[in-house]
Amino acid sequence: MTFTIPIDNGDALKNAEADSQRTLYPYVTGTSIVAIKYKDGVLMASDMGGSYGSTLRYKNIERVKAIGKHSLLGASGEISDFQEILRYLDELVLNDNMWDDGNSLGPKEVHNYLTRVMYNRRNKFNPLWNTLVLGGVKNGESYLGMVSMIGVSFEDNHVATGFGNHLARPILRDEWRADLSFEDGVKLLEKCMRVLLYRDRSAINKLQIAKITEEGVTVSQPYSLKTFWEFQAFHNPTAGAQGSW
Amino acid sequence: MFRNQYDTDVTTWSPTGRLFQVEYAMEAVKQGSAAIGLRSRSHVVLACVNKAQSELSSHQKKIFKVDDHIGVAIAGLTADGRVLSRYMRSEAINHSFTYESPLPVGRLVVHLADKAQVCTQRSWKRPYGVGLLVGGLDESGAHLYYNCPSGNYFEYQAFAIGSRSQAAKTYLERRFESFGDASREDLIKDAILAVRETLQGETLKSSLCTVSVLGVGEPFHFLDQETIQKVIDTFEKVPEDEEGEAGEGEGEAEAAPAEHGDGGAGDQDVAPMEM
Repeated sequence: MTFTIPIDNGDALKNAEADSQRTLYPYVTGTSIVAIKYKDGVLMASDMGGSYGSTLRYKNIERVKAIGKHSLLGASGEISDFQEILRYLDELVLNDNMWDDGNSLGPKEVHNYLTRVMYNRRNKFNPLWNTLVLGGVKNGESYLGMVSMIGVSFEDNHVATGFGNHLARPILRDEWRADLSFEDGVKLLEKCMRVLLYRDRSAINKLQIAKITEEGVTVSQPYSLKTFWEFQAFHNPTAGAQGSW
Repeated sequence: MFRNQYDTDVTTWSPTGRLFQVEYAMEAVKQGSAAIGLRSRSHVVLACVNKAQSELSSHQKKIFKVDDHIGVAIAGLTADGRVLSRYMRSEAINHSFTYESPLPVGRLVVHLADKAQVCTQRSWKRPYGVGLLVGGLDESGAHLYYNCPSGNYFEYQAFAIGSRSQAAKTYLERRFESFGDASREDLIKDAILAVRETLQGETLKSSLCTVSVLGVGEPFHFLDQETIQKVIDTFEKVPEDEEGEAGEGEGEAEAAPAEHGDGGAGDQDVAPMEM
């Protein structure tokens, strides 16, 4: 076991060595999260990839985790920062449970707590390099929100991070309904994830879908989507633009 | 309670296991003017007697809003009460800001109690000389707590603190079983009746009491004098200046020996009844 003694080099803006203590770029990253509210709660989908730059290095990373009794947290961006956030939330949930008084943290409280954390880190020029999706159900009410690494925070009926914003949300805007059944919700998410699989180079074909309802959280086993690569357009991809440049 | 050699500072135990300074602090609570709290499943009412130093001065503020869903009534050293109310407001608003959610009142009273306890275990401090009736709402419904200078806190269906609070407590003990399901209006009426008990014969006027309400769907607010007077009029049938009606009022009052019945004549020279 090795222990690192934390070094306090002071203010990162004035002291050159202190710069090495704050986040400048992400290293191991997760790609999109797509989440929707449905009839009984919230569904959240993510793939299990951790990219190291352009290398698809890790293929078994769970990017969606249960928080307390009522919430689900999904993250894209730096995986180590996501793990740090999970530690903060672990402490939060522990303290909440220790009160043992019948009150419990709901998804709204967790979302707002995370917003405070992300925004405060951004103000210190030392962000947690993640876009977080927080979904949950409490007292029959579904909740779905998002926080970015600069502290931008909002709620919506369907959210997506990263490439998902560009590729998945247009599909969701057209096809989402408030009374989606579980099966239809999963089909809708799979449609979005398939598009991301085809078009996002950091996506891998191994995904998990998590569900949260009043009863609790279930995270599916990893599975892969059927893909089709025999489209005519793929047979001779440069047909329309021969030659260099 | 008499002076003894173990009561000089709060960090000295007596041989019988008492901290006299803490007990003296609780005496200060008993000397303050009365404050009463009661709750139903969905509402909490806090009421207090407004005693001014003299006719020239205003009365002290004894009920404070802590948040939309929490109020506190104090008895004892009002200055200490004000400081603790400010602390409570700060805790409530910090929680609200971080979690966008109201602070559960049960957690607030624990913070308050722990703060009071610190003052019973530091030689350079003194206990807070104020008792607090904290009423509030959380996920499990309406709650009423009493915080002591000793750092203890208790939950109550109804309670009264301060001078002549025993009279109010006796009244509340007779009636508390109906509070749980009582309507908001009945709860307010019971609170004002409990205040009347502490007045020991003085006429009950709306200017003498302050009443505040909070409940499900109803943020903390004070009742205005008009509303209070209307409630008083439903049971205090005789206005003080009308001698003609006073005769009838007295007749009714004498027929009901449990009541402190000199309200009719508005006669302040009648000696307060012994309890």
